[in-house]
Amino acid sequence: MSNETATEPEQTPAPAAPVKEPRSSGLPSWAVQGLVSLSAIVLALVVGAILIIIGDDQVKTAAGYFGAAPMDTVSAAFTAVGEAYKALAVGALGGLDPISESLTQATPLICGGLAVSLAFRTGLFNIGAQGQLIMGAILAAYVGFAWSLPPGLHLIVAVIAGLIGGAIWGGVVGLLKARTGAHEVIVTIMLNYVAIYLLQWLLTTTAFKRPAREDPISPIVDANAQYPQFGDTRLHVGFLLALVAAVFVWWLLNRSTVGFELRAVGANADASRTAGMSVGRAYVIEMVVAGALAGLAGTQQVLGTDLPLTDGVAASVGFDAITVALLGRGTPLGTVLAGLLFGALNAGGLQMQLQTQTPLTLTTVLQAVIVLFVAAPALVRSVFRFLPKERGTGTVLAKGWNG
Amino acid sequence: MSETTTEPVRAPAPPQIEAPAERTRRLRVGGLMVVFALIGLGLAIGTGNGDATFQLVSGDLQNNLVGVPAQPVAILLGALGVLAAVAYVLRRVPQRYAGWLAAVLGVCFIGAFLCWAAAGKTFPLANQFQGTLNFATPLILGALAGVLCERAGVINIAIEGQFLVGAFTAAVVSSTTGSAAAALIAAALTGVLMAALLAVFSIKYLVNQVVLGVVLVVFASGITGYLFDQFLQEDAESLNTPDVLSAVKIPGLGDIPFFGPILFNQTILVYLTYLAVAVVTFVLFQTRWGLRVRAVGEHPKAADTVGIKVKRVRYSAVLWAGVLAGLGGAFFTVGYAGSFSKDMTAGNGFIALAALIMGRWHPIGAMVAALFFGFATQLQSQLQIIQTPIPGELLLMAPYLATVIAVAGLVGRVRAPKADGEPYVAE
Repeated sequence: MSNETATEPEQTPAPAAPVKEPRSSGLPSWAVQGLVSLSAIVLALVVGAILIIIGDDQVKTAAGYFGAAPMDTVSAAFTAVGEAYKALAVGALGGLDPISESLTQATPLICGGLAVSLAFRTGLFNIGAQGQLIMGAILAAYVGFAWSLPPGLHLIVAVIAGLIGGAIWGGVVGLLKARTGAHEVIVTIMLNYVAIYLLQWLLTTTAFKRPAREDPISPIVDANAQYPQFGDTRLHVGFLLALVAAVFVWWLLNRSTVGFELRAVGANADASRTAGMSVGRAYVIEMVVAGALAGLAGTQQVLGTDLPLTDGVAASVGFDAITVALLGRGTPLGTVLAGLLFGALNAGGLQMQLQTQTPLTLTTVLQAVIVLFVAAPALVRSVFRFLPKERGTGTVLAKGWNG
Repeated sequence: MSETTTEPVRAPAPPQIEAPAERTRRLRVGGLMVVFALIGLGLAIGTGNGDATFQLVSGDLQNNLVGVPAQPVAILLGALGVLAAVAYVLRRVPQRYAGWLAAVLGVCFIGAFLCWAAAGKTFPLANQFQGTLNFATPLILGALAGVLCERAGVINIAIEGQFLVGAFTAAVVSSTTGSAAAALIAAALTGVLMAALLAVFSIKYLVNQVVLGVVLVVFASGITGYLFDQFLQEDAESLNTPDVLSAVKIPGLGDIPFFGPILFNQTILVYLTYLAVAVVTFVLFQTRWGLRVRAVGEHPKAADTVGIKVKRVRYSAVLWAGVLAGLGGAFFTVGYAGSFSKDMTAGNGFIALAALIMGRWHPIGAMVAALFFGFATQLQSQLQIIQTPIPGELLLMAPYLATVIAVAGLVGRVRAPKADGEPYVAE
């Protein structure tokens, strides 16, 4: 340790250096990051507003006589945007039912997001949450409908099966990376597709297919293996598990020896190797845990919200998880918050579609634009000039193909 | 071999020296080949009786059929495959021909497999090749786009997104103008727009390129989905009824038996694809611009030192790649399916990425890989029609599994351009 301070002279004279920083506002870095994220959300809503205006029928008719009464177009535009975003907000937060729906939507996003976040911290880019989630769902569902165990135990066994499914699918990636140097981005993308085709094939076999049904759907998961639900809502205990998982990831990264190694490898793999850590071991451990987290998201889908296993079990959760992790900047708390935001956007988007005929796909655009802006803080700062400069790059760095 | 006689100065048959790493690799690859060959032989032995009939002209069930006795031919091919694999393991051929052994094994395996699948049935061979080309065309264009980007040092995971916007625009422009040329140009232009996003964010704002690619795919899926919901669904009649490009027969070449109609009775988009492979290969390896592209992808600092404008070269490479990917996207609508539907590219952009990696960042290699992936996809639907016990899903997995095997280093070393994915900041 004492050696390191000696070799890094830039660190010690820090008090004298800040003259160079043009605007080092006294804000702590989390506050700056929060501001950038908020600004990104505002910018995304502006982009969304433009799309709503383009697509709105009233605006279209008003624009037809724009020359005669230009204000009609403007007011129609304002009404359209206002109504759509109001429906979105009410659908996400207006009352107990919308809130529980938002939390339900957020549940797998948080776990999937943690799977991606954790990998970021070890310098890996886990695009495979989708595949890991599917494998978790397959095993959890199979235990759920094919076995019969006493209440309580059945759920526990099914969840563990899901964790194992995800852990295997993630562990393969870590192992290949450690042993052969195969880049995890390529391997995870490919394994996503392998998992979805495996699921589609399994759903045609007698072991998985529901008797007397032609379509690819499994029997309903046994009542003993379902997550208990809160009241009449769709919200289930899996949400609490997601929060527990977030605390676990925080503990793992910040309070455990293994976590220290993971972060060290993520910060500088060469230095960690020199310091005697096993980089390969860190990759394998990290991907196993990340896979298990994604597998947990799979159990939440199949034992909590869906109940039978279908080929749409993962929807786009595994991919949304990447945007969640990016917005959450690789920290457990950030990931939970980002998961809640995206869950709310999804739940609200459904209501928006029902009430104002603004398509749900708008929320996909919003999510992409938010993350795009968050990933490019320099761009956000060029729009909102008051934002203070961040130290470091702000975005989580994964390396190129050769990294 | 002949060298020893013409050059007596050298010691006769110098012992080939093999590095330990080479040896491990040969044994690993060889082992995999032997396993494959044995599976092929196993299938051959299990082949049913009767003739395997291959249909050589699409749709013609009466004439132009070739029947072969399924089992003997399959066993012959299987045995030949085993021979090739064993020869590879034992180093029975000179080093430079070793690659051919893998090709021989591949052809034998596919041949034996087809005999096994078609024993006692009729296999539409012409359809198989026709479909291969159909599936491979967008993959080739997408993979070429990836080659251009990544050779210049910009990772392009957003091929899927470029496909989507290309497919969308081609459908809309073809429906509204009725002009195929306008549709293709518009598709290329929107491909360039998506590429411009990739270029600006990665080159100017230094955003991590893998992150960027993923986000751009989500963005493209969202924006085309939104516009589809808002406009195309309401007014499908005038906005989403594109004309599918008609096939143009090339005189002379199109009359070659069997391959003529498959290769040279195609749409303009397919001919553009042939052209693109040739042009990208030539430009990348024979021109000054190509040299610069490769230089900034391998060692941008050195390139900068000798006066190459690194960022400008990267911009131009990424934007030209956008043209190719946009055209690839157009194939999904005006080249094949007609109307646009949400997320219709269905992961093909990622298969194109896989083809690029399997093809080792080389245009020709990428084309071969894309053709292989197209072959596997088409075979899956053919086998469903003639009903074989192999689940189609397992065949659909083949491209992805093959890529994992390839990047894991089992099939030769796969090496990306040195500076791929690293933004360049001049000091």
